[in-house]
Amino acid sequence: MMREYYLNTIILGIFIIIPIWAFIMDEPFTITLMTRAAIFALAAVGLNIALGLGGLVSLGHATFFGIGGYSMGILAYHAQTFTPLMEWPILVSGSKLMPLIWINAVIMSAVAGLLIGILSLRTSGVYFIMITLAFGQMFFFFSISWSAYGGEDGLSIYIRNSFPGLNTLVPIHYYTLCITLLCAVLWINSRLIKSPFGIALNAARQVPARVETVGLNPVRLKLAAFIMSGTVTGLAGALFADLNRFVSPTMFSWQTSGEIMVFVIIGGVGRLFGPVVGALVFVALEHWLGGLSDFWHIYLGLLLLGIVLFGRGGLIGMICGEARLHE
Amino acid sequence: MTFVLLAEQILNGIQFGIMLFLMAAGLTLIFGVMGLINLAHGSLYMIGAFSAAAVAGMTGSFILALLAALTASAAAGALVELLVIRRLYNKDHLDQVLATFALILIFSEGTRWIFGSFPLFLDIPDPLSGPVTIPGGIQYPLYRLVLIGAGLFISIGLGFMITKTRIGIQIRAGENDREMIAALGINISGLYTLIFSLGAALAGLAGALVGAIQSVQVGMGEPVLILAFVVIVIGGIGSIKGALIGALLVGLTDTLGSIFLPELLKLVTDPSTATSIGSSLSSMAIYILMGAILIWRPTGLFGIKP
Repeated sequence: MMREYYLNTIILGIFIIIPIWAFIMDEPFTITLMTRAAIFALAAVGLNIALGLGGLVSLGHATFFGIGGYSMGILAYHAQTFTPLMEWPILVSGSKLMPLIWINAVIMSAVAGLLIGILSLRTSGVYFIMITLAFGQMFFFFSISWSAYGGEDGLSIYIRNSFPGLNTLVPIHYYTLCITLLCAVLWINSRLIKSPFGIALNAARQVPARVETVGLNPVRLKLAAFIMSGTVTGLAGALFADLNRFVSPTMFSWQTSGEIMVFVIIGGVGRLFGPVVGALVFVALEHWLGGLSDFWHIYLGLLLLGIVLFGRGGLIGMICGEARLHE
Repeated sequence: MTFVLLAEQILNGIQFGIMLFLMAAGLTLIFGVMGLINLAHGSLYMIGAFSAAAVAGMTGSFILALLAALTASAAAGALVELLVIRRLYNKDHLDQVLATFALILIFSEGTRWIFGSFPLFLDIPDPLSGPVTIPGGIQYPLYRLVLIGAGLFISIGLGFMITKTRIGIQIRAGENDREMIAALGINISGLYTLIFSLGAALAGLAGALVGAIQSVQVGMGEPVLILAFVVIVIGGIGSIKGALIGALLVGLTDTLGSIFLPELLKLVTDPSTATSIGSSLSSMAIYILMGAILIWRPTGLFGIKP
């Protein structure tokens, strides 16, 4: 059994060496694939905070992914058409600046996370799964009928948004941005797991009654985790929209929620690098199996079934064995 | 806004609700007895519709098509239960969601592989096509009336089966205490397979019946599946009565909302904004209904309080 720490280093190495190799060999498509994997990983790292740490099975994380996407879409749309976002009470114009778009995506996701969390956390278990799914559908149908921003067709953004000092249209530049954000969030996440909040949250997942007896409020802990989880997935949504220069209601669809959950499960629930492995494997499968057969989802389904039925703890669990708490 | 339009829309809502009930009844039974969340229920609906369309295309008989839908979906249900689902009863909800999500991928892509991406069409049989005049002078499609009738008939049959027959007693006992009925010498795994394929057959039948008024295509099951989830959550998971009431509520809200919300908003704003806001609101209406009911009663209308 390999120590999880070494495996994580190898995975991080893959995310550094492959793009450098692709840059030297002049294969921009490989860099774009790795960017896609990094963004999916970020979305799944977000879900893992709610799912792995908080035990909240949210089947509606596409809500945040979509909110992040539309934050970018709406701001950039107003900037490229030179129309103000709103004129009253203060004049707000669109923006093509990534840091602004990211802050906006994070704030919007946090607000949505707060509202959805307060309502959904009144329920638990299977009702929680269903109500998060229903919120996702609500946003999905709303985005379809919101004709001001493209409705069913979505919004196209002509030029990728800019970041000071970088040319984001060059694949390796945009990749560097995405991987830096992913590493930063992973670092924060690793600190979060060991922080008093993370320990309390872990306990709230396992035995809520005991957490309550020591004077903590488990629902409030879970709400905080749900909001954090939403903001990270929302940030990933903004990056994904910028990668494609396109947003559409598909980002809100429940299949997207399912896929984000798949990344977490393939890699390993509650493992720091679980979502990263999951996203990397998913993008690799999508690329290779998609090239072999149009029906590659069948193989993905079979792989997923195999992991759920026979593999405990996802791929990381198979390689490193059971999670050890103090490593 | 006339009486005729209102009556028509109410009938449409009831018809939609009854078809949702056929889906939701299976889901809620499976959850109530086995404690399993089955996302692949929509795939069984799709299997019913596809087998009906294929058999109707070959033989031209609607009755044979319905029989094919029932047989195929019940067989698929039994097969899936034996191969996959029975390994999931003791796992947590997350594993169940994932495994049945994987089944959706397999079923959807498998169907696309066999039948292609183009939608199939299932025609309404000649004796049932065309409108009829019902009391009040309303012209209404006969087939939709037949759907309401058939759905009500099946609901009553299901209610009778659950309350009066031996198998129904076993199902209800299974909901209350699975260990005990196994200890009393009832073949519990056989009972589970039976319930699962019964639910599958109901979903397949709904798929075939609705397939005649909509196109039969890959992915047709998932929107209905999500609505059926909304139904059982509103009604309270595990309750057949709740599923029936929830299904009618959802059916009526969805149908009446999309017609009347824009009209109502026209009273307060100008027509074009009213239409656009009204259509967004009406597509969200059932989820707002569900949210409101869950805030009021976190385990649904007829759910058991924890």
